[in-house]
Amino acid sequence: MLGLGKKDTTLLLIVAALVVFAPFILNPFPGGSGMAQFNAGYPDLMQRFVIFGIFAIGFNILFGLTGYLSFGHAAFLGVGSYSAVWMFKLLSMNVLPAILLAVVFSGLFALLIGYISLRRSGIYFSILTLAFAQMCYALAYSVLTPITGGETGLQLAQDDPRILDAARDSGNLPVPGLFGLEMRSTADLVLGDWVFTFSAGYYFCAVVMLISFYMAIRIFRSPFGMMLRAIKSNQHRLNYTGLNARPYTLAAFVISGMYAGLAGGLMASMDPLAGAERMFWTASGEVVLMTILGGVGTLIGPVLGAGLIKYMENILSKINGDILHSWFAFLPDGLEDFIVTIVYPFIGKGWHLTLGLMFMAVVIFLPGGLVEAGQRIARAVRGRRSDDRKSATTEPAE
Amino acid sequence: MTKSNLTRRGVLRSGAIAGAALGVPTYLRAQESGFTNAPGDSSVTLGFNVPQTGPYADEGADELRAYELAVEHLNGGGDGGMLPTFSSQELDGSGILGRKVEYVTGDTQTKSDAARASARSMIEKDGAIMITGGSSSGVAVAVQALCQEAGVIFMSGLTHSNDTTGKDKRANGFRHFFNSYMSGAALAPVLQNAYGTDRKAYHLTADYNWGYTTEEAIRSSTEAMGWETVAAVKTPLTQTDFSSYIAPVLQSGADVLVLNHYGGNMVNSLTNAVQFGLREATANGKQFEIVVPLYSRLMARGAGENVKGIFGSTNWHWSLQDEGSQAFVKSFGTKYGFPPSQAAHTCYVQTLLYADAVQRAGSFAPCAVAEALEGFEFDGLGNGPTLYRAEDHQCFKDVLVVRGKENPTSEFDLLEIVEVTPADQVTYAPDHPQFAGGALGDCNNGA
Repeated sequence: MLGLGKKDTTLLLIVAALVVFAPFILNPFPGGSGMAQFNAGYPDLMQRFVIFGIFAIGFNILFGLTGYLSFGHAAFLGVGSYSAVWMFKLLSMNVLPAILLAVVFSGLFALLIGYISLRRSGIYFSILTLAFAQMCYALAYSVLTPITGGETGLQLAQDDPRILDAARDSGNLPVPGLFGLEMRSTADLVLGDWVFTFSAGYYFCAVVMLISFYMAIRIFRSPFGMMLRAIKSNQHRLNYTGLNARPYTLAAFVISGMYAGLAGGLMASMDPLAGAERMFWTASGEVVLMTILGGVGTLIGPVLGAGLIKYMENILSKINGDILHSWFAFLPDGLEDFIVTIVYPFIGKGWHLTLGLMFMAVVIFLPGGLVEAGQRIARAVRGRRSDDRKSATTEPAE
Repeated sequence: MTKSNLTRRGVLRSGAIAGAALGVPTYLRAQESGFTNAPGDSSVTLGFNVPQTGPYADEGADELRAYELAVEHLNGGGDGGMLPTFSSQELDGSGILGRKVEYVTGDTQTKSDAARASARSMIEKDGAIMITGGSSSGVAVAVQALCQEAGVIFMSGLTHSNDTTGKDKRANGFRHFFNSYMSGAALAPVLQNAYGTDRKAYHLTADYNWGYTTEEAIRSSTEAMGWETVAAVKTPLTQTDFSSYIAPVLQSGADVLVLNHYGGNMVNSLTNAVQFGLREATANGKQFEIVVPLYSRLMARGAGENVKGIFGSTNWHWSLQDEGSQAFVKSFGTKYGFPPSQAAHTCYVQTLLYADAVQRAGSFAPCAVAEALEGFEFDGLGNGPTLYRAEDHQCFKDVLVVRGKENPTSEFDLLEIVEVTPADQVTYAPDHPQFAGGALGDCNNGA
């Protein structure tokens, strides 16, 4: 279907199903129950899942295929956000021109940074991109305050021109929308104790994410993708055969920069504010973590990694001491306090600690990330089944 | 490549399923209350969004303590804190409008993005009716804008920049804390008495929004009394060693150094300045002086010995002797074992003010609450008679000018109050140039 192999079609369909039914899948616990704490099916977090999914997919095109580790990818995310908010301020509250400008601008930006940084490879490339991203951050934070809003971030204001939109008489700020469909509008479906929220913004992001995912599959399977893999496996050999690798790496860099810009534009469309923190080096590091946690060079891995990190950031970090005490309230007092003291450093504000431990575990035991975990489980299940059938066929590894 | 095998029957079947799925939203719930997150009959949820990690984590922890104390008092627990001293006696310890107060917490990380994500999850997932907290103006402005869009009330915590109730003010946002302009207006007369009118000032300013507004405020009020500004140098927020910025100060011909720094920045820059011997130096035949516009006890503790004799301003201090402050310090001290900071005070007061406004309005609807807060005059919350001005949602009250104590008796007793500047002296017109360029807009009830 759509020029994809059978396996890829299945993958795309699975991802599509997951994304479409996310409001149900992420809300497994009835509201009001103690486990409702772990529900993630609210619009903001679901939007984050797919937006950072796009970001990680794009990053994976560069890192997973060419092996070039960019440590400054958040800069493109930031550039995308700023361009999108400026479009909202100047042109119209429609999200399409904003996202378009975000992609174009971050692409141009990636072309510039990539052109310079790709003269080096390995750790020097990483350091160069990191330096550029930190420069962008510092500029956005202070020097360019008139353009970026500095520390406060770039926000909409009542008196922005918005030349395409009709004059407004209401005293409230306009909301980003798609031809009149407001991005923040939601509909609730109540089934017994469960409340499922369907958000227009989420489904818009989801459609964009599926398109990006499809394009990533096509790139992975194309001759261009093959060339990128060749660069990863041995660039010297590629050079000796008379091929210049630079145009390919630059193209991959620009494409992944545009993905990041798209994610940034979507972020601004869901929540029209762009802050400089988006470009900070920790944000660049986060996308590296997402990709490695999910599985470098796999299609679905970065999306899973992005989901896991955003889930922990938003759910785990909100569990405070009181909630812990209520969980372990059934234990005797001394034991309750003891267990809470042990668990407390790993949740709430200590969620980074848990993330770090998980990251270490994944890197040591599952170098292929969550995807490898899935493959091992699948292999174990399949192995048992084939034992039953007493056949000795083995699947070639992906 | 696979060949697709679409059959008529297959298309019809999937079409029917898709149609059924699209039909589902007709069973959707309508918001009958007319505003976002209307609480149920038994409880109401407030969202406390404070920095738990990052440079202002200390302030955030203290704010959270104050919120927990406020919730306890609203629900009738503890000794009631400031409830008995508050001039409005609507709150009786039975929660808010008879509903038990519950709360959710979140981590702003002192980043606008993270703070907004955290606030959105409180609104969308936990059903918070009001968001409060924050220990940085950038975060306050960002979350305030979000609350305006979502249609909930935002009661800001520690935010000192003029912009929060100036160019970035919002109809759903309210600030109890004082601001840069007030610091300047309160400090200037005290500085004039102590150091005279013929001084040359050198500013070191944290390179972000709050730094700019503070520098502007201090400059304009000191220049108005005859001081001259020699130079104003911006320092990066992430700077930890200020030696290279301090070194040129003595050669510049200045005789006063103004540190527009907050938190860790101020602790480091002041320590560097003292190490360079600025306190003992003389310039232009006068003793060299240092001024820190915004002081907090947590900062004073960080800077230790170095704060002795240095002037600054603060919103509130635990050593105040009025009834409200005493009651608050007592119940905070009983619960946690040490006196509260100014961040804790403003957060506690904001929670009480919100609860009281709901009670008086008889409704949780943001527009009704905003109307009850606008132009509200109250007393007994530690700052003397206070007005919540309707034009910009800023509180007007006395400002404290403080000085680092020469002989502290404990690790908390670091600042002494030099002067309580009356509210009249720090009041400004809503369209003052330092606050121009914003509009409150209309209050938003959400959906």
